[in-house]
Amino acid sequence: MRDKGWTAALRGRLDGRLPLEEVLPTRQPAFVGSWVYVFGVVTIAALVWVLVSGCVLAFMGSAWWHTSNLGHFFNSIHFWSVQMFFIFMVLHLWGQYWGAGWRDGRAKTWMVGVVLFLVSIVTAFTGYLIQQNFDSQWIAVNAKDAINATGLGGFFNVLNFGQMYGIHVMLFPIALTLLVVLHIVQVRSRGVVRPIGDPYAPASGESVSRGAPR
Amino acid sequence: MSASRPKIDKADYYRGIRMAPYDLVKEIAIATIGVLVVVLILSAVLSSPDVPSATIQAWAKSDPVDFVTTAASELSSQSDVAQYGPPYTSGNGSVQSIGPIEPQVWAGVHVAVNAPLDFVLQPLSQSTVDDETLASALTTFNDASAAQQGKWLTAYNQALGSAKLVDTEVSVPGGDYGPVAVLMSRLLTLARSGGLDALLLTSDHFYQTDYSKPLLFLSDGGYFPGLAQVQDLTGSQWGMMNETGRYPGQAWLWLFTLWYQIPPFNAASNGDLLVVVMMTLLSVGLLLVPFIPGVRDIPRWIPVHKLIWREHYRNVQRGETK
Repeated sequence: MRDKGWTAALRGRLDGRLPLEEVLPTRQPAFVGSWVYVFGVVTIAALVWVLVSGCVLAFMGSAWWHTSNLGHFFNSIHFWSVQMFFIFMVLHLWGQYWGAGWRDGRAKTWMVGVVLFLVSIVTAFTGYLIQQNFDSQWIAVNAKDAINATGLGGFFNVLNFGQMYGIHVMLFPIALTLLVVLHIVQVRSRGVVRPIGDPYAPASGESVSRGAPR
Repeated sequence: MSASRPKIDKADYYRGIRMAPYDLVKEIAIATIGVLVVVLILSAVLSSPDVPSATIQAWAKSDPVDFVTTAASELSSQSDVAQYGPPYTSGNGSVQSIGPIEPQVWAGVHVAVNAPLDFVLQPLSQSTVDDETLASALTTFNDASAAQQGKWLTAYNQALGSAKLVDTEVSVPGGDYGPVAVLMSRLLTLARSGGLDALLLTSDHFYQTDYSKPLLFLSDGGYFPGLAQVQDLTGSQWGMMNETGRYPGQAWLWLFTLWYQIPPFNAASNGDLLVVVMMTLLSVGLLLVPFIPGVRDIPRWIPVHKLIWREHYRNVQRGETK
């Protein structure tokens, strides 16, 4: 007899949409060998080191990297990981744009990716605000006018170190990680899109909504 | 178009496509280690920027005339911050709107700043121990009428135009400044000692993490932007996306920063709000690319995909894929 209840429903849904063989595939379309697919993977690899170095910096305290050579080295790792994360993410975004990666029911995957990009920008911005050096002072003083103009300045006060620190080391990393997981699940559950010009033709002949380029 | 959920069976979806062995875990492991190696090399060779923060103490020591001029403008409520508007004050000096749309005004004051009190009078009143001259000057100033205070401050602000530095003191030509000259002299001394940095942070809490007041005070002077100019960080230097030294900054803000360099944004009094609206629209546009005819068709019109899937198309031509 089939199990009933919320737990069974959730398990059935997860099983149906994302079986383990899709999460960890051992065979993929041969065109996945293109260099453009590397950018997504290296973006996640860079994010791993952003998070690892960020955890070390957070654990040791906000002033540690100004007073310790080891701390400064970990800050450098954080700094360059972030730079690489953005370079790879932008390349990934352009790759997906020129490959029209939203086709064949993948619009939500594209949209979550764009939200990830925007959340990453705000996360990095709050990171620059909590450096506790001249750069963070100057960015805060300049950024306040644009944020104040939107009416949000009183609620997202870039001059308030404590507020920006909490947002940067906890709220945004959690949001970013959850969005990355969601994005990967979307990619794995639907698979990569077919090349433009080699469209999917359902055997059954039913119509499949697509997303412009064929 | 688009579409969220046609359920496509992958075996069916990839029909006619050659499948190949693929080791996802190995790819992730190699990528993670490869990125780490590059990051470690960059960190070891190039390090990272850390120009020390500006302090009010350093400002008072290196440019006392600018410091006193700024402090006097705070005391007379003539500074940018004193007249800023929400979220700091009820003024309208820096309020931006688009027609009747005034989100800054609608949001109201949430980080209240009283420039004369917060930046000058309150810190001085906390420093009167063993200084009867200062205590007396504060009493005289506070007891005077607003009109009298205005006269003293107007005279003093005008005299600052010919201020000179004598030893460590800012000297102005003689005039009727009431207690203002004493207040400014003591505030300069307090700032040079580093005391003002601390006093601008104080509130009724022991722990302090809100730097709004010292940063706003710094931003009103000429010293702080002068430091930024040296570091190529000002607005006309694409400042928001730059970093101190010769390091890459927030290059991903290039489009946001671009608008500030061109008309009408760079000349509009509501330029910040216009730029934010523009970037919001562009971000929504990027989000909705799959649904925007024309924009979503560009990848088909400009065949970059021929480069991306070069091998695949070659195989199809050879008849090897299908």
